Amino acid sequence: MNILEILSYGFIQRALIAGTLIAILCSVLGVFLVLRRLSLIGDGLAHITFGSTAIALAFKFYAAASLLVSLPIVLLSSLGILKLTEKARLNGDTAIGIVSSVGIAVGITLASVSGGYNVDLLSYLFGNILSISQEEVWIALALFILVIVLLALFFNDLLASTFNEELAKISGINTRVINAVLVMLTALSVVLAMKLVGIMLISSLLILPAASAQQLARSFRSCILLSALQGGLSVVIGICLSFAANLPTSATIVLINLLCFAGSCMIRHVLQNNDN
Amino acid sequence: MAEEIVAANMLTCRYHEGYVLRDITFSARQGDYIGIVGPNGSGKSTLIQALLGLKPVCSGSATLFGKPCSSFDQWGKVGYLPQSLHLFNPSFPATVAEVVSLGLLSTKKFPRRLTQHDRQIVDVILESLGIYDIRSKLIGELSGGQQQRVLLARALVNEPELLILDEPTAALDPDTRHKFYHLISELNQLQGITILLVTHDTGVIGEYASRMLYLDTRMLFYGTFDDFCHSPEMSALFGEHSQHLMCHRH
Repeated sequence: MNILEILSYGFIQRALIAGTLIAILCSVLGVFLVLRRLSLIGDGLAHITFGSTAIALAFKFYAAASLLVSLPIVLLSSLGILKLTEKARLNGDTAIGIVSSVGIAVGITLASVSGGYNVDLLSYLFGNILSISQEEVWIALALFILVIVLLALFFNDLLASTFNEELAKISGINTRVINAVLVMLTALSVVLAMKLVGIMLISSLLILPAASAQQLARSFRSCILLSALQGGLSVVIGICLSFAANLPTSATIVLINLLCFAGSCMIRHVLQNNDN
Repeated sequence: MAEEIVAANMLTCRYHEGYVLRDITFSARQGDYIGIVGPNGSGKSTLIQALLGLKPVCSGSATLFGKPCSSFDQWGKVGYLPQSLHLFNPSFPATVAEVVSLGLLSTKKFPRRLTQHDRQIVDVILESLGIYDIRSKLIGELSGGQQQRVLLARALVNEPELLILDEPTAALDPDTRHKFYHLISELNQLQGITILLVTHDTGVIGEYASRMLYLDTRMLFYGTFDDFCHSPEMSALFGEHSQHLMCHRH
């Protein structure tokens, strides 16, 4: 099967468009999260999304409608993680652990009460990008534009508070607002990315492109661009390769990202040796 | 009379374990160079953080440029250089120019855009501090002394009237440390920038500062280094024979 044949399928086209947009979002936000040592927040929010999807499915909201149930719950939970970190004097990883285990517990309980696991809920565990609907593509596009506009508006504030929060405060930046903006943008992206790679693998889209870019970037802007490039390309290649070779799509995307990370580490090692 | 830049009046801070600062009263006017010394845990950094609004004040008051620190918003007038150790993630992928340009955000309103003119301002400060050649290097790839110069450039890029330094040379070797303090002294004398310096090095205060504030939770002394050398507080703190050891360089 050649590439043009693969691209002629409607579900592949939808997967490529939505997948690339979501992967770019996750990769860009991932740079800020990794540098703030908040990489696992994606995992925590994915678990909350699982719980909220179980709520949506229990009330018979399917596909795009389930996104609209999940979004407010996950957004509030992301702020809850921040509050727990600030008020309960907990480390970020502890707060993420608390919120994510509650999310999974709610999901499992509701799935059990509402008649057991169904195909829709399981697709959120491992992702099912090839089943993305036209409505979900439009939602992904709208949220992509929203997140990119907000990122552009807050870019320097985010950079300053990621570099050093104390110095950012003394530059007149309201770091509480900036932290809230970052976790809410992450929450939006995680809800979207659930269908792409699922709960189990969502962290890879947030962490691996950013970690690879960090190996090679020669400036902050180049780090963002490299991360976005890897994220987007990994989805395009992953979808085509998995379809052609009959492999699970989400796992293929993750493995491509892993290969890119290994390659970046090797290139950095070679460059450092040449410098010395 | 020169403008009052910083003032603390009976400033008191306490946390769970008790008082960290108690009844601190002092002021700094434009062009002053004040050295803040004291043993570990004496509240030096807490005083700085309370003045910058980073730590809450329990009682008393503190002002910057005549405004209460808690509601102060003219951050373009203030440059701050914290201890370089643990200041940032060493693998942070930002260039020297990017880090220094962040100092200009204090003069901007949302959305804080940096212009071509801002980039020229950054180049000027990098050149004046002798680090223009490394402007494209990543900050994590620099030596401790170079990193400290970059952070000083970040603190100075918005032409502050007050420069606050919290143990800025803790990670530097003696030669780099001497050059650094000489540079700060020039900024104070040539540009009239008010300096608040937290340090463990009383010799630096004797050499450069116009006044010294000795803290040990409470304010034990505030005056010139000469006065300190001849004060009963000096003998009480360091013993009868300490004067020669501490003040001979002055």
